Amino acid sequence: MPASSVEGDTLLVMDVGAAITRAMFFDVVEGQYRFVANGQAPSTAEAPYKDIGEGVRQAIENLQAVTGRTFLDTDRNLITPIQEDGNGIDAVAATISAGPTIKTAVVGLLDDVSLASAIRLAETSYTRIVETISLNDHRKPEEHLDILLHTRPDLVIIAGGTDSGASHSVQRMLEIVGLACHLLPPEKRPAALFAGNQSLAKIVQSSLEPLTLTLRLSPNIRPTLDTEDLDPAVKELARLIPEIRKRYYKGVDELNLWTNGHILSNAYAQGRMIRFLSKAYGATKGLLGLDVGVSATTIAAGFNGKIALSAYPQFGFGENLAGLLQYVGLADITRWLALDIPQEAVRDFLYQKSLYPATIPATREEQAIAQSVARQALILALQAARRNFPQGIPMLKPGLLPLFEPIMASGGILTNVSNLGQSLLLLLDALQPVGVTTLILDQNHLLTALGVASERNNIMPIQVLESGAFTNLATVVSVVSSANYGTKVLRARLTYENGNETTVEVKFGGLEILPLPSGQIARLSLQPLRHTDAGFGPGRSGSIRIGGGAVGFVIDARGRPLVLPGDPVRRRELIKKWLWTVGGI
Amino acid sequence: MLAPVLHILPLATILRERLLPIPGKVKVHLNQKVAATDVIAETAWAREHVLLDVARTLGVSVEAANRLIRCKVGERLSQGSIVAEDGIIRRTIHVPREGRVVAVGGGKILLEVGNTNLELRAGIPGIITQIIPDRGAVIQTAGALIQGVWGNGRVDASMMYSLIDKPDDMLTVDRLDASLRGLVILAGQCRDAEVLQAAAELPLRGLILSSLLPLLIPTALQMRYPITVTDGLGHMPMNIAAFKLLSTNCKREAAVNAEPYDRYKGTRPEVIVPLPVSQDPPLPRDEETFVPGQQVRMRRAPHAGEIGTLVNLRPGLTSLPSGLRATAGEVRLDTGEQILVPLINLEVVG
Repeated sequence: MPASSVEGDTLLVMDVGAAITRAMFFDVVEGQYRFVANGQAPSTAEAPYKDIGEGVRQAIENLQAVTGRTFLDTDRNLITPIQEDGNGIDAVAATISAGPTIKTAVVGLLDDVSLASAIRLAETSYTRIVETISLNDHRKPEEHLDILLHTRPDLVIIAGGTDSGASHSVQRMLEIVGLACHLLPPEKRPAALFAGNQSLAKIVQSSLEPLTLTLRLSPNIRPTLDTEDLDPAVKELARLIPEIRKRYYKGVDELNLWTNGHILSNAYAQGRMIRFLSKAYGATKGLLGLDVGVSATTIAAGFNGKIALSAYPQFGFGENLAGLLQYVGLADITRWLALDIPQEAVRDFLYQKSLYPATIPATREEQAIAQSVARQALILALQAARRNFPQGIPMLKPGLLPLFEPIMASGGILTNVSNLGQSLLLLLDALQPVGVTTLILDQNHLLTALGVASERNNIMPIQVLESGAFTNLATVVSVVSSANYGTKVLRARLTYENGNETTVEVKFGGLEILPLPSGQIARLSLQPLRHTDAGFGPGRSGSIRIGGGAVGFVIDARGRPLVLPGDPVRRRELIKKWLWTVGGI
Repeated sequence: MLAPVLHILPLATILRERLLPIPGKVKVHLNQKVAATDVIAETAWAREHVLLDVARTLGVSVEAANRLIRCKVGERLSQGSIVAEDGIIRRTIHVPREGRVVAVGGGKILLEVGNTNLELRAGIPGIITQIIPDRGAVIQTAGALIQGVWGNGRVDASMMYSLIDKPDDMLTVDRLDASLRGLVILAGQCRDAEVLQAAAELPLRGLILSSLLPLLIPTALQMRYPITVTDGLGHMPMNIAAFKLLSTNCKREAAVNAEPYDRYKGTRPEVIVPLPVSQDPPLPRDEETFVPGQQVRMRRAPHAGEIGTLVNLRPGLTSLPSGLRATAGEVRLDTGEQILVPLINLEVVG
């Protein structure tokens, strides 16, 4: 069995996604941890394999081909620890997101207290809430029972009662859940997570453990009426997800052995890393991480060590994509298109992609549709996630995105592009950041890998992050202004390290790019006009040092919120112009 | 690279495991011949439950209530049966509806009522080769197998009749007349809910479509006859391999098992045409890797649904017209045109 990841060891992180399985190799180079390479293969969680092991081994074999190193023996077993000849690996960790959306029933006492917290807990992973039960719900107990039997959840989350508070009501809820589990065939029984009144923990264990797929207990998510503490329960849930996945495919146990138990859900690992970074950098602004994946779109917002994590399978870029039309109309998607593509083609795209989640756009038109769909999915995910952001976080104006620095993005639709300008514009359109921020692209899906690796090694993530393994897309200044379209709203001066200067005056509605390549530093001086806010306050000037990016330095004066022209011809021309500006055409 | 497989086979041995979702009674025996519509297992499924709180109703403790309860788990009770009685205060608890006791304890009685019979149909015609106690059976048959991408969950079988002359034909209401009653119809694209309703009124015993407009999905799910879609949701002609195979098997008995496509369970909607064989043909291969010479189907635009031959595999990553880079191969279409396709957008037909 491999050892856990410890300092100085070589590390292999497996990321088992719904479409792709990645094997990511980290090693110490010149005294610093570095991401060396990754190997990819199609995931094999689905039929006919129903075993993630084949995809895992193929990804490792592809990694072997890239690195010239050997990690598997002739029987395709992992070589561990690292051998004298350099073959093998010291430690393995893994994240999993492959698998269908987890049908979840949420049980709490009061709608706006424990039930609300339990729903927020469920939303941190790949769940679809199929039923909620609470004291405010006036249905009879047998109706609750029937609902649970009909919906057959994969998971039941039970909360309620402050610590040493209400217990009888919680016990009544537990009785319903226990009865439902008792009546279900053993192979259909749900997993359960209890995160309520801790004085009931023993009763819960004795009554539910024999009746559930697996039971986990976590500290109370509402220890008092006024406090919510989701973190321990979020972690328990992240560890429970692979247990539930075992029902759908094999290979999880073997990966568990390889990793010595270091398997986490992908979303949790991402959130863990964002929290870690927000704490490490301790900035006044928040830190935003997002992943547009096949299983889900995940939003993780870190605020000085606190995390708001939300995973939305319904806005994922895979089998649930056709369901996007339950939330938006086709016009909401086509409005982002630079090409004149009929709505029917967009509808067909959504359904075809839902049928074959792993497929990729082969034509320019399909790529344009995919990016428009991604914009809308991100908008929806962010709207939903903002409900979980803490109160009092810094923002320029209510209703707009809070201030984030940096914003870290991943997901095939963002990283698999013909040029990075397309990724940049997609992020600017969907997120509509404000003030000064840096957009970073995680092209190798390292954030989740580092999230799971950081469980045992908190130096590695920082060293890998500082090694340039992530792509700085651009530093962006996004202004908030009520000026008329076409009037000057900002003067910007960029002073390069060699003393050269570039100045630009930006009109409202404009999108400008100044050259500032990756690795270069410049001093940026901003002078907003007409009470425009560039992040220093309305009409206030400021000067900061900024880093370069693959696209350069960007000034987005298109307005917040961004309003697109109603006329389709004019709108498409404008989007084409923006794409051209960022080098996306 | 691993390749997904779509079965479109003129002759294969087909094995299908059919299971009840909950335990029940298996109604077939080993080596029994079954039709697609035969019920091979059944079970009773309680739609509702009634919880009788004896302790609360009689105003006694849970322990006392447990002593007063007269019924046992598994007992069937008719409406009005007395299940608990307090002799001292002369109060009784009656069963409000006929049902079966499923749990007793904690001063309560739980009854299941409103039982519904759940019947499991064979789905394919064939021979029972394995009994799975209390759950179902494995059925084997030999014949043509055509898998699809979408199904409305129904099963039926009858003689197959074609209403299409070419793969991109459209099914319209005026093509459906009384002479088609009781048949499985091979049709093309469906873009009109009235077509589905008209087919129900005849009624048809099955409808095989190349594509279905997404807006028609709710209507299709309500239909009591099976609807199997071979190629996609939207506007797509039938792939030429399915079109040819289905067309050549017209006027034969065809079983349409419109089971929904579930990537994790491995279920797909399919049409099976049983054929006489002197010896068992080979089983379909479920696992493939891409190699030149394979027949492949494109799963995404610009040639979605078209069939071709994989001519070669490009080394490394190849730039696509979309600007993306991916492992790709060249595919020769029936027209002779050679196109570049990312391998991830292909499935092997076989």
